Amino acid sequence: MGLNRRVGFFAGLKYRGGGPMWAWILHRVSGLAMLLFVGTHVFASFFMQQTGSDFATNINIIYESWVFQIIVTFIVMFHGLNGMRIIILDIWPKFQVFQREALWLQWLIFIPVYGLTVFILIQRSIAGSY
Amino acid sequence: MMSSRTVKPGLSFEYIMWIFTRISGLALILLAIIGVISALALGARTQVDLPTLMRWTFFPNPNHVINSNIPDVTLGWANAFWQVMQILIVFFGVTHGFNGLRVVIEDYTGQSIVRPFMRGFIFLLWIFALVIAIYVIIFS
Repeated sequence: MGLNRRVGFFAGLKYRGGGPMWAWILHRVSGLAMLLFVGTHVFASFFMQQTGSDFATNINIIYESWVFQIIVTFIVMFHGLNGMRIIILDIWPKFQVFQREALWLQWLIFIPVYGLTVFILIQRSIAGSY
Repeated sequence: MMSSRTVKPGLSFEYIMWIFTRISGLALILLAIIGVISALALGARTQVDLPTLMRWTFFPNPNHVINSNIPDVTLGWANAFWQVMQILIVFFGVTHGFNGLRVVIEDYTGQSIVRPFMRGFIFLLWIFALVIAIYVIIFS
């Protein structure tokens, strides 16, 4: 039998896990969001191709807008980088001691790459290229 | 309320899916790297803008580079190689995603009569998404 943790919602809010806890929460939320957003985009593209419906076209117009692309890029890049950190720490468990340092390194990679992407997306939207 | 998840030692379903999540995650990153390097080799540096290159990296579908300066998409950008790449990405991505949905749901629901029905529902959604996506890849 596994652990039997009967922790209520408000008691759970008091847990202070710090960075790794937030990475865990963001990993879950970004994974579910990706399933929802990318799944919606795939089905909308299918109906756009097969029936050409206005509803599906409008969904894809929202999905392809630069504001939504900034959100989707964050979700995908965070989930990918955080997943790589999890895989590396799972393969070499002795590095688990340095998981907070690994998280700092992860943000150190994420912030410049994502920042540059957002900068270019906003710059192009101001220039009105799409 | 978090529920406990018991994992039997040995080759159980949970263990296989745990391994699969890691392998498919790495495979998706590798496929994205192959996609972006091939795009740059095909001339994306001068023919494609950054959002288009991002779309192509996530999913190398010819429809993702339709609004660009590529003279002819059928030369290198739309062929059987990219169809195989897309099917691989769809298989790994959809399976990784729906397994993740199952894991998250089972973390917050206990062992009950509902679990087999929930698993069956997610299994049907998984098959449905795979069939739709592969249909679009092959017939687009």
